[in-house]
Amino acid sequence: MKKNWWKIIAIVFVFYTLIAGFLIPVPAQPILHETIRNLYFHVPMWFSMMTILFVSVWHSIKHLGNSDIQSDIIATQAANTGMMVGLLGLVTGSLWAKYTWGAWWVADIKLNGAAITMLIYLAYFVLRGSIDEEQKRARIAAVYNIFSFVMLIVFLIILPRMSDSLHPGNGGNPGFSKYDLDSNMRMVFYPAVIGWILFIVWIFTLKVRLEKLKRKTLFDE
Amino acid sequence: MVTKQIKYLIIKELKLEMRNKYALGGILLYVVSTVFVSYLSFKKIVTPATWNALFWIILLFASINAIAKSFIGETRGKLLYMYTLASPQAVILSKIIYNSVLLLVLSGLCLLTYTLFIGNLIQDLPLFLITLLLGSFGFSSLLTMVSAIASKAGNNFTLMAILSFPIMIPLLMVLIKLSKNAIDGLERWDINYLLVLMFLNFIIVALSYLLFRYLWRD
Repeated sequence: MKKNWWKIIAIVFVFYTLIAGFLIPVPAQPILHETIRNLYFHVPMWFSMMTILFVSVWHSIKHLGNSDIQSDIIATQAANTGMMVGLLGLVTGSLWAKYTWGAWWVADIKLNGAAITMLIYLAYFVLRGSIDEEQKRARIAAVYNIFSFVMLIVFLIILPRMSDSLHPGNGGNPGFSKYDLDSNMRMVFYPAVIGWILFIVWIFTLKVRLEKLKRKTLFDE
Repeated sequence: MVTKQIKYLIIKELKLEMRNKYALGGILLYVVSTVFVSYLSFKKIVTPATWNALFWIILLFASINAIAKSFIGETRGKLLYMYTLASPQAVILSKIIYNSVLLLVLSGLCLLTYTLFIGNLIQDLPLFLITLLLGSFGFSSLLTMVSAIASKAGNNFTLMAILSFPIMIPLLMVLIKLSKNAIDGLERWDINYLLVLMFLNFIIVALSYLLFRYLWRD
């Protein structure tokens, strides 16, 4: 129980987000209308994805240092979870874009960043798939993970600062803080971010345990 | 010590290339034929955006083809021999320098034939040449590292392409933006983009320098 307190926080916050996110009044805005509630679901997905991908890279660096296969399992499963969360981010974003910008996909620097992230991690798994030897696979995948993560960070952090985006809060579009005069949305948004991140981390730890068990049964046989 | 090793390794690369001239000739011919095929399909291009995009796409594919072979040619025994003689840093830096020179020749040839067949829309040639220089260096360092990774994983061209495309996009976008400025002949150079380009080059070389030693141990 002492070790699991954060899982309780995750459940409470995610349920709070689901209930309060749909019930608490939001500022009425033209075009946006009720879609503004997507803030509680779409934005935390990207925060969680970056958190979990950072975990992945961190363990790849650790693997290069200690050649421990455990670090490799963690790095892989983190990348795996990151892909899943990224996909959810794309889906929620795409739905929102259809009703506000009028298209499922638009030419926007942040959307390109999301697509590149997906491509990089798909390539990462193809690379893993094409090497048979366990230690070698772990090491080479770690090198690619670190190399591509740095390029990704450059893309996601530097380039959007240099060009406009359609996203709220960029390129002259007001962010939600402008509308949120009575801080109603903040009261849902901040717990939503914490709740979703913890929830995703929980999923990731389960995946790691599952993978370790799979390898253990293989080893025992 | 390392500079001396780099010098000898570059000489080694040059000698190997000279002994095996058809490989170099092949890649130069690849550029010329691609440009010619584009010329036959497009005739003259007058829109700057299309001109620019096609130029960089041709160069992108030619670079991948040129650099994909940089670790394929090395057999296991040869690599083992080299590793006992030189440090991994020297190996990767010499390959990057050698490939940069190769790509510079390649991009120069590409620009020449492209100008000849498809036309030249560049208004600010110095900026375009600087972009091409930094671009060749960036392409070569990134692709050299990726080809080292791909060579450990079965070495096929598809893998090389899917590993390099997504991480090349940041570089490519900055290059396309800068060369578009050069084509339009803007009054003032966009120093910010030039700085980002140099920063990207620096990061790629630094990462290759740090990470390559984990690739060569087998």
